Amino acid sequence: MTNDMDCFAGIDVGSLSTEAVVVDGAGVMVAFSILETGANSTEAAEKALEKALEEAGVSRDQIKGMVATGYGRVSVPFADKKVTEISCHSLGAFTLYPDTGTVIDIGGQDSKVIRVGPGGKVLDFTMNDKCAAGTGRFLEVMAAKLRVPLGEMGSLSLSGRGEVRISSVCTVFAESEVVSLVAQNHPREEIIRGIHRAIVNRVWSMVRAVGVHGEVTMSGGVAKNGGVVAFMEEKLGRPMHVYKEPQIVGALGAALHAMKGGGQPSSSS
Amino acid sequence: MSLPRLARYYLMKDVGAPALMGLSKVKKKKRRREPSPYFGPPLRSNGRLREIMTRHYFLSRYAEGAKPVAWVTSGAPVEILRPFDFYTVYPENHGALCGAQKVAPELCAVAEERGYHQDLCSYARIDLGVCFSGQTPVGRLPKPDLLFASNNICQTVVYWYKALSHIWNIPLILFDTPYNFEEIKAIDISYMVRQFEEMIPELERISGKRFVEERFQEIIRLAKDSSFLWGEVLATMKAHPAPMTIFDAFAHMAPIVSLRGLPVALDYYRVLLDELKERADRGIGAIKEERKRLMWDNIAVWYKMRDFSNLFAEHGMNFVTATYTDAWAQTTPYMDEEHPFESMAKTYSLVILNNNLNHRLKLMECLIKAYQVDGLVIHSARSCKPYSVGQYDLKRILMDRLGVPSVIIEADITDSRAYSEEQARTRLDAFFEALAG
Repeated sequence: MTNDMDCFAGIDVGSLSTEAVVVDGAGVMVAFSILETGANSTEAAEKALEKALEEAGVSRDQIKGMVATGYGRVSVPFADKKVTEISCHSLGAFTLYPDTGTVIDIGGQDSKVIRVGPGGKVLDFTMNDKCAAGTGRFLEVMAAKLRVPLGEMGSLSLSGRGEVRISSVCTVFAESEVVSLVAQNHPREEIIRGIHRAIVNRVWSMVRAVGVHGEVTMSGGVAKNGGVVAFMEEKLGRPMHVYKEPQIVGALGAALHAMKGGGQPSSSS
Repeated sequence: MSLPRLARYYLMKDVGAPALMGLSKVKKKKRRREPSPYFGPPLRSNGRLREIMTRHYFLSRYAEGAKPVAWVTSGAPVEILRPFDFYTVYPENHGALCGAQKVAPELCAVAEERGYHQDLCSYARIDLGVCFSGQTPVGRLPKPDLLFASNNICQTVVYWYKALSHIWNIPLILFDTPYNFEEIKAIDISYMVRQFEEMIPELERISGKRFVEERFQEIIRLAKDSSFLWGEVLATMKAHPAPMTIFDAFAHMAPIVSLRGLPVALDYYRVLLDELKERADRGIGAIKEERKRLMWDNIAVWYKMRDFSNLFAEHGMNFVTATYTDAWAQTTPYMDEEHPFESMAKTYSLVILNNNLNHRLKLMECLIKAYQVDGLVIHSARSCKPYSVGQYDLKRILMDRLGVPSVIIEADITDSRAYSEEQARTRLDAFFEALAG
């Protein structure tokens, strides 16, 4: 169906995963891919793009514009432009859910809260400071300590009821706190719930700094964790929009920015 | 004070310093810079500023033993020291200089090795590092005979100066300014006036000079006139395009901070103001294409001055005002030589950092309107807690009331170890995208 159609691509190179999205000339998503970033972000970007193109049945020549985003946006030499993940998550979330007024994105090494204006424009935003607490990295470290696969943290959290308090907001201190909780034979589910609560509390202070406006969309890999989503919704007092593949919201926004022709030339630093 | 040292000081002042300035001019001429695609012509006054500050630090080496030396906090009422002819050194200004020359982490580490925590203000750590090691990029700082601090900028200075006083066993005079939760009260004024009265015999004892009130009044007049001129200098940035950037102002504020109450500061700001007015009249901007006008909040990030200056200029954005530079002009109208002590009490206790957050919000609203500001960059400085507290609230309220977008960057005034380039760049890039619409 897309044999001769003009298409646009967005690539989001994050600290943990790299996503690529292809949209058609009308801005409708035709394919996406998700890969681990690994040690070489240029290679990861290349592979993610190839995979998405293959999925879409679109040739490289049909791509009329490409935007790179995420921390690795500077290491995608074949992209035409680069746009920050703040603008990309804003536009991506707005396009998926046009009533979005606030985006909460918890990614691998940072989290952000964005106030979204008309057309998906960024009105205001705040990000975590130089600290891994309240990010995907925090969850990753804790999952490793508990020997639980990252993907199972959410379901284990939802299956439990009780919850232990993780008092520290520092990843390094929380890690040793978890070690001692394990040694005290606290049920794993309760510890996991405590960890999720700690992340949500941390991000909540950023939500308050920007304020909740309109409907809330959560994006980023951590949005796949049902435990974090449930606690966040509890804080908000209402449900959020969570896309089935929340990691690709940034790449989708990048593809849409490519279509709109925005961003800085990729060569400038 | 010793006579040979006094003779050496005057020899250096009248012969040594001018010779050094002459030499540096010769060296300067050899370097030629390519004209920048983003910046307008540089300020002619830059050379004069460099001369004044180099001379100030150069002479400070010879002041020890020749004149009474005082180390003073940036917000202290230095005018009271001038009638006694103290040579004043500003550790905060020196800290900024160390930050700009990127030697702060080493000096901070000296203090950290002695047990001073990384969370302590980096100006304090640099200064304690200098005190312990004697190292400084200016060659040498004179050991003080007096420490003079005011807690109108923070409480840290009290403990920092107490530490210096303890280490060197020298007197510390603290000017205690009650915090303004709402409005200044008569009882606060009399409390501060009383402190001035108590200080005078101490200052007479340390300096060996008698206090002459007429001389003090003359100094207040000088300080008031220079602060007023500094305010005029900043006000030239209301012009479109602004004739200088806030990064220029961060450098050109050195005399008003550390040479206040001396004729040299007044003379300098006359020259600078004339130049800026001329530029504004002729439409010469600090940057060639001023598309957006910004405000800066908090102390400068000294080790990133050049990088930030270039980055913003490349995006056609010019900082036209800052809460920081404004602090040395804002309370000037209170200065009154007819009521020297009362007016000094008001001038120094009503400064931005000794005032409530509502005051700061109002000030920021005024500056945004007066300078036609499109966006705000907020530096959350790890060192400066009193300046950084409340910034998230201010950001939200200014967005709600005036629709002015802003960005917060986490950094430190001088300690580059507390700064992450990648994180700051992402925030700034997103801010540029939001402003570009």
